[in-house]
Amino acid sequence: MNALSLRQLKKTYSNGFSALKGIDLDVKQGDFFALLGANGAGKSTTIGIISSLVNSTSGTVSVFGHDLHTQTRQAKSCIGLVPQEVNFNQFETVKNIVLSQAGYYGMPSKAAKISTERCLKQMQLWDKRDTVSRRLSGGMKRRVMIARALVHSPKLLILDEPTAGVDIEIRRSMWSMMKEVNQQGTTIILTTHYLEEAENLCRNIAIIHQGLIVEHSDMATLLSRINVNHFLLDLAQPLETAPQLEGCFCELVESKVLSVSVPKNKSMNQLFALLSAQQIEVISLKNKSNRLEQLFMDIVQ
Amino acid sequence: MNSLIALQTIAYKEIRRFVRIWPQTLLPPAITTALYFLIFGKLIGSRIGMIHGISYMNYIVPGIILMSIISHSYANVVSSFYSTKFQHNIEELLVSPVPNWVILLGYILGGIARGLLVGTVVTAISLLFTPIVIQHLTIALLTAFLTATLFSLAGFINAVFADSFDDISLIPNFVLAPLSYLGGVFYTVEMLPPVWQRISLANPILYMVNAFRYGLYGVSDIEISFALIMTTGVILFLTGLSLFLLHKGIGIKN
Repeated sequence: MNALSLRQLKKTYSNGFSALKGIDLDVKQGDFFALLGANGAGKSTTIGIISSLVNSTSGTVSVFGHDLHTQTRQAKSCIGLVPQEVNFNQFETVKNIVLSQAGYYGMPSKAAKISTERCLKQMQLWDKRDTVSRRLSGGMKRRVMIARALVHSPKLLILDEPTAGVDIEIRRSMWSMMKEVNQQGTTIILTTHYLEEAENLCRNIAIIHQGLIVEHSDMATLLSRINVNHFLLDLAQPLETAPQLEGCFCELVESKVLSVSVPKNKSMNQLFALLSAQQIEVISLKNKSNRLEQLFMDIVQ
Repeated sequence: MNSLIALQTIAYKEIRRFVRIWPQTLLPPAITTALYFLIFGKLIGSRIGMIHGISYMNYIVPGIILMSIISHSYANVVSSFYSTKFQHNIEELLVSPVPNWVILLGYILGGIARGLLVGTVVTAISLLFTPIVIQHLTIALLTAFLTATLFSLAGFINAVFADSFDDISLIPNFVLAPLSYLGGVFYTVEMLPPVWQRISLANPILYMVNAFRYGLYGVSDIEISFALIMTTGVILFLTGLSLFLLHKGIGIKN
């Protein structure tokens, strides 16, 4: 069963800007799905329409088989949203924010309290439950929004750039929380600018560009299409010009830093053999960019 | 999905909000109205004499109570709903399966609760200055309730269209305050020249003040049944308009 189906979804804003030009998208139940795109590509508009924050111009949205327009309450009951920006009442306590959300979903008081405690503990916020939310750090505010989105046990969790602006330690702890939520059976749709995040977490992916889906496949298939790897080599001795390596493209970034593009059919041993033949000693190497980042740039450019 | 629980959640949140900030919401009307009663009722009123057979002090009590209900029920909804929009936590409600009528009713109940609570505080203050023997309790309570409902709805619509905090103070300052002061709170329309008497009849607050005064003292410048029917009609119209705005997402959705 599809957790989400979009058919010919279009959105034209009142200023005439066409943000979505007819999107078709399916996300399977239980999936961890990445929706990627540059700023202004249409990701947030898509998320906004699915979560009823933006009115679509035309097209249909179906959540677990419930049409968002004709079976609104059933469809909405399946969705939990973690928005890009902090959008809770900053004068409320953490516990009241989550409890109120449970109330909006019609959860009886006792069940709401139990679920609130469970979600706050899962997000490591239970000891902050009586803290007024504006006193929390940025990372904690993000986790409050995740706890709030999970309190009614949604079948579909939408995470709209949940780790934007948080440090790497918090980001990694949030990744493990998201994985845990997904493993418990919740379908997750993730939008992010950190392509490493999408590559690590997601099984399927769609790339949206200028209001259209330009790529929709599973992560493994997509990554297998990479035919060139880019490396940065730290050299022991400085070079004056970039060397000529058979089948590779070299560029000198600094006198002791060499950028090398290596075709996928050439092994690292072959690369090092070519370098050794020219008496170039390599101290260390690293990937020039994330693999998905390369593909993303190839697709949208 | 239990709509009653959602309604209870919104209404409780709204009531808790104004009770939590009682020095801003409940205390000022007590002080302001005590000053009204002292200056207009006791000091100046003693020189004016009787109106419709009752003392000036007693005559202004219903209008001042109703003015407080009007301004506070309006202020509660307009400030709360606009803040909800401003902080984007309206999204919590839009994402969740809360029907539009529940969102509207939740906020309106908050406005009614504050309006009636402030009305009770002002009534208690007025009793320190003059005794009140209520003639028609049901009409007095019904008028207070309908007035609080009507202005809560008006506050909601103002908040929907507001784009800044300036927009939520324009109507109270430039429409509600003049209409309240010219709505027969401090005088009977019989005191006005005929032209102004006719103009005053276009002021809806005049009808509510007189209906409430009738509830307390049994005296009025206008027909009570017309006042109650007109108020109910306006409430129904504003309710329809509010639900339409929520349905279309005007002012709250992109």
